[in-house]
Amino acid sequence: MKSWFARYRVVIGVVLVTLVVVATGGYVYRIASRPVELAQAHTGRLLTLIDQRGGNDAVSTAELSAPDGSRNPTGLRCQRVYTAGGTTVCLRLAGVGPTFEAAVLNSSGSVVKTIPLPGVPSRARVSASGKVVSWTVFVTGDSYVAPGGFSTRTGYYDLRTDTVVESLEVFHATVEGKPYTAADANYWGLTVASDDRTFYATFLGAGRRWLVKGDLSTRALETVRIGPECPSLSPDGKRLAYKKTTRWVGRWELVVLDLASGEERVLPDTNGIDDQAAWLDDTTLAYGAISGSTGKSSVYQVPADGSGKPVLVATEASSPVP
Amino acid sequence: MYVAAARAEHGNKLGGVPRTVVAVGAVSLLTDISAEMVTAFLPIYLLFTLHVGYVQFGLLDGLYTGATAVLRLVGGHVADRLRRPKAVAGVGYAMSAVTKLAFPLVGASAFGIGGLLAVDRAGKGLRTAPRDALISLSVPANQLGTAFGVHRTMDTIGAMLGPLVTFLLLTNLGTQPDPIFVTSFAFALLGVITLVFFVRERPAAPASAKKPPNIKAGLALLKGKPFARVTIVAAILGLATMSDAFVFVLVQKTSGIPLSALPLLPLGTALTFLLLATPLGRLSDRVGRWRIFFAGHVLLLVVYVLLLSPSGGYPVAIAALLLHGVFYAATDGVLAAWAGSLIPEDLRGSGLAVVQTGQALAKLASSIAFGFLLQYASVLAAVVVASSGLAVALLVVVVVRRRSAA
Repeated sequence: MKSWFARYRVVIGVVLVTLVVVATGGYVYRIASRPVELAQAHTGRLLTLIDQRGGNDAVSTAELSAPDGSRNPTGLRCQRVYTAGGTTVCLRLAGVGPTFEAAVLNSSGSVVKTIPLPGVPSRARVSASGKVVSWTVFVTGDSYVAPGGFSTRTGYYDLRTDTVVESLEVFHATVEGKPYTAADANYWGLTVASDDRTFYATFLGAGRRWLVKGDLSTRALETVRIGPECPSLSPDGKRLAYKKTTRWVGRWELVVLDLASGEERVLPDTNGIDDQAAWLDDTTLAYGAISGSTGKSSVYQVPADGSGKPVLVATEASSPVP
Repeated sequence: MYVAAARAEHGNKLGGVPRTVVAVGAVSLLTDISAEMVTAFLPIYLLFTLHVGYVQFGLLDGLYTGATAVLRLVGGHVADRLRRPKAVAGVGYAMSAVTKLAFPLVGASAFGIGGLLAVDRAGKGLRTAPRDALISLSVPANQLGTAFGVHRTMDTIGAMLGPLVTFLLLTNLGTQPDPIFVTSFAFALLGVITLVFFVRERPAAPASAKKPPNIKAGLALLKGKPFARVTIVAAILGLATMSDAFVFVLVQKTSGIPLSALPLLPLGTALTFLLLATPLGRLSDRVGRWRIFFAGHVLLLVVYVLLLSPSGGYPVAIAALLLHGVFYAATDGVLAAWAGSLIPEDLRGSGLAVVQTGQALAKLASSIAFGFLLQYASVLAAVVVASSGLAVALLVVVVVRRRSAA
């Protein structure tokens, strides 16, 4: 046995290597040559989303009333997408690394600007006017070897002045009345008001998460309250939706804050959300979350006043856009 | 010992390097393609496919690093005890390979993903010391630096190819996870096949010659002055070494180059490392490993000092990355060669594990401390602290070496 193995070891090794290479190559080829579904006519209210059923990240339109219905690809492929005021932002793969970029498209679908990103896409937003485009990416260092090794960068592009701010870190931050100077400052989930200068975002500094409010023109921001993450302003500007944990250890829930009264309302059955919610209109929110039954990312809608439970609107999808 | 080792490899060399070293290098290259494919994909997988927060994984990771350090000791010891480093390394490689296929099965369960990462890291912990023992036992002591240099070069080539394969799959097939995990598994499997069929272990000494070493014998190594010195020097310098992620973030911040260059910075370090690991390893065989190891850390100090020059732009950033790569080339394989030359053959696995574990735990402690520092201090203050820390550590190791040599 031993001498038999010694004599043929190289031959067996070469045969096994060949088998693994051929089998894997065949598998990848078969997936690459899968046929593409044909577009079908849609009726009723539509939602734009990223279809994750085919796996090719196709930005598609789908009927709100048919969670597992047909989806028509728009031709864009993105990891995160948002559209408002005729402007679309698409965070997508750009090159080896892998590296990513933010592509800004006008209403006719042509790219007006591409901005290289420092990390993996997480959030994307466009202000209601279509003039301010923002994004959040995760920076993971060279690998996951660094303890606690992640950080976020949030930047924006102002179409009016053609200026890019790569990270809100350059803004002047005030934490509970005091200027913040430490190196470790992370921002995520930017939302810009209809005046195109007031904004809300999440700030992580000195180990705490804050909701911050700021001004893009003065490049200054200050903390509002501890806890909320990924704020999203309603179209009428009266309410702010965000995720927060209500217990020390626990999953995020979707919460809506009435800015005038300061009253918070936890939306029922939304725990497990990890998204920056999108307002479909002044009374309805949509967000991506993992479906408890399929374990896949799905899109839900929920009344913003807490009067009802979330309803599934799209299976295997993410990044809902009104 | 020298004669026996030289004879075992006679007529069995590839361009002056023993075939075993090249074969083990190929195993590491394939395994690193597999591992780095997943490392490059994991953030996309967690954020896009699974919608799982990244935060908890970062925290868990510190724990894994600590746990795998301990597993390295186990791997090294078992390899010595069974006198079969190849078999023990094989178990470690196989463990990591299997996790690649299990990712689609655990889905979005944070517990499941955390568990898989833990098993993957456990496999890495288990195999590192036996693998280095395999390399060190296949060459005479005066060629250890070259051997480890060749191995680290091949290893780094794999680490650079992995993200490239992920990119090719992502750009052609989209973000669907299965092809990436299956391809990653295939590379890992090729690594295991290469280990089993193409790596030839030097026949173990006759079993009757000596009793298998016990744990005591491994720890008793530290009583030997030269070995204890390497361990202490590596740990002290490890305490003053900040993690790569911090280096890259700080290089970008202080030099003032665009933030979007950040994902490309690790390539600068890796490319320099892979080009210089072999020549510097060879040099360490001639002029002494201590000198090269020490010089590497002096260059790291230069990197830290460069971080103090504000807004230096691309010239400063590139200089810092090149020096950071030279630092790796001068210290990573050289430390294994230096320690390896001071450990008896039957304790090679345990001894290498002790040195590497000491260094890894010291680096972990330094990363945690530095991360803590950055939460409260400005970039400039943090870099001043890091530079002073490294300068002090360099002085201390010079003293340690002088005193123990006297």
